[in-house]
Amino acid sequence: MSIEAVEKIKARFPEAVEEAHRQAGDDTVRVQRDSWFTVLQFVRRVLGFDLFVDLTAVDYLAREEGLPRFEVVVHLRNMTTGKRIRVKSRVPESDPSIQSVCPLWKGANWFERECHEMYGILFKDSPDLRHLLLYEEFEGHPLRKDYPIDQRQPRIPLLASEERRFSRPADETPHGHGPGFQDKP
Amino acid sequence: MTVDSSKDLHTDYLEVMMGPSHPAMHGITQIKLFLDGETIISADVEPGYLHRGFEKECEDHRWNQIVPYTDRLNYVSPLINNVAYVMAVEKLCGIKPTPRCEYLRTILSEMNRLTDHLTCVGAAVMELGAFSGFLYFVKARELYYDLMESVTGARVTYAWTRVGGMRWDIPEGFEAQSYAAIKETRRILKEIDGLFTKNRLFLDRVVDVGVISREDAISYGITGPFLRSTGVAYDVRKADPYAAYSEVEFEIPVGENGDCYDRYKVRMAEMEQSMRIIEQALAKLPKGPVNVEDPRFIFPPKQAVYTTIEGMINHFRLVYDDVHPPKGEAYGYAEGGNGEIGFYVVSDGGNKPVKCRVRPPCFTIVAALGKILEGHMVADIVPIYGSVNMIGGEMDR
Repeated sequence: MSIEAVEKIKARFPEAVEEAHRQAGDDTVRVQRDSWFTVLQFVRRVLGFDLFVDLTAVDYLAREEGLPRFEVVVHLRNMTTGKRIRVKSRVPESDPSIQSVCPLWKGANWFERECHEMYGILFKDSPDLRHLLLYEEFEGHPLRKDYPIDQRQPRIPLLASEERRFSRPADETPHGHGPGFQDKP
Repeated sequence: MTVDSSKDLHTDYLEVMMGPSHPAMHGITQIKLFLDGETIISADVEPGYLHRGFEKECEDHRWNQIVPYTDRLNYVSPLINNVAYVMAVEKLCGIKPTPRCEYLRTILSEMNRLTDHLTCVGAAVMELGAFSGFLYFVKARELYYDLMESVTGARVTYAWTRVGGMRWDIPEGFEAQSYAAIKETRRILKEIDGLFTKNRLFLDRVVDVGVISREDAISYGITGPFLRSTGVAYDVRKADPYAAYSEVEFEIPVGENGDCYDRYKVRMAEMEQSMRIIEQALAKLPKGPVNVEDPRFIFPPKQAVYTTIEGMINHFRLVYDDVHPPKGEAYGYAEGGNGEIGFYVVSDGGNKPVKCRVRPPCFTIVAALGKILEGHMVADIVPIYGSVNMIGGEMDR
């Protein structure tokens, strides 16, 4: 981890850095949401953190009143010096959006897509925010703390052609297999 | 009389869905292809068929209960996941495992790296039509599955590490069996080398296929053998040595061109290095306990549980309440079979994590797959996809 990089970010963006700490050897900077892209641009282009390690979010639902609910977290590594850094930003529930960092790292897109579907955080100006791991019709954002772990999803409506196959009563199907099996002509 | 048939030919782009369950692709992923003839114009990769809510389940379980879940991430090298996960939690707790534990983690991680590479290359050559080649790889892999079974009791899902140590020590006679397995593996790898490395049929399918540039690979966040095949010598074991990797000698094999053939060669060379590490670590294996002597994390000996009140209380507390890492966050990472596997854990001081994020190494490679495939022929998907080593459990979580 890199303490120098944290100092450089602090010197370059004194008003954007909200907090910097070093816990368990991980250097962390928390920046304002509005300067998320500018700070990361500086981290990428000037400080040379070129390996995109990870992007995710954390939901602090039970946190004390007034603090924003989500935190977007990025882990980066500098391939030349081998240093690592963690950059975070808080995102409120009322407007869960943050600037996309896809122009800086090619790998950011899939991580943002995953974060978008799991937490419902909107990455502004992202080239592609379709669902990645979940299916299109999935309702809700499963990694939010207020999404119950045993939540069931509604069934996807059948197509008209499928509807005909499944509409036959169970006891009329051959071999007692239940609905869904078609008679041989 | 000549007929001009070019006007009748359909020259539209053809949309083909490859997968999700295609016999020539291991793992379940759908690739939406736009084809001009047989040439790929664009490829859109759609993962997620194996998504089972790993992170959501973690948030509902206690810290040590998550270890079995990590087995199911990369199921061809589960022990590396176990190690990476407990490393993250130990980093948060600020505890350091015993020297014997560090060495055993190293040895068993390297055995799992061997099984990972053997499976990956074996499956890749099988998909290219060399089914007998796969049997050679599986024969060697079986040696390590047997060894792992003798230690952990399971062939694939080990759940062997604990926060602060591990479940058991190795059984008697493990060293001798390991040396015998390594000797046998070297012989089998020599045969495999003779079968493939200069095989005309194999070279035609893999050389200059699936090339990715060094800059692109880094920008996509690709690590592991895939990155090293482009010539970047980044390996977590050397860059940030964990466990006992700083005390053994090994090299990082790198490629030059970043094509499928280089990835095959890097994996083959890494297996030899893994065996070197196992031999050295077995020779240096320190004596002593495998678990830290800290009743906050590890069960006290049974003798103490039945005879002392402290032992009883500690045992009871660990069973009912599990470990309580301090409030905060930590990112622990290790070199997995596919690259850097990392765990980002957030604790609020309770016995369940607030967040347990896994950074899957093949996720970034599959993210780049669409770009790599562009301009290739349909048949090239098979060797490229084989060299990615997409593991559904880890990719989709």
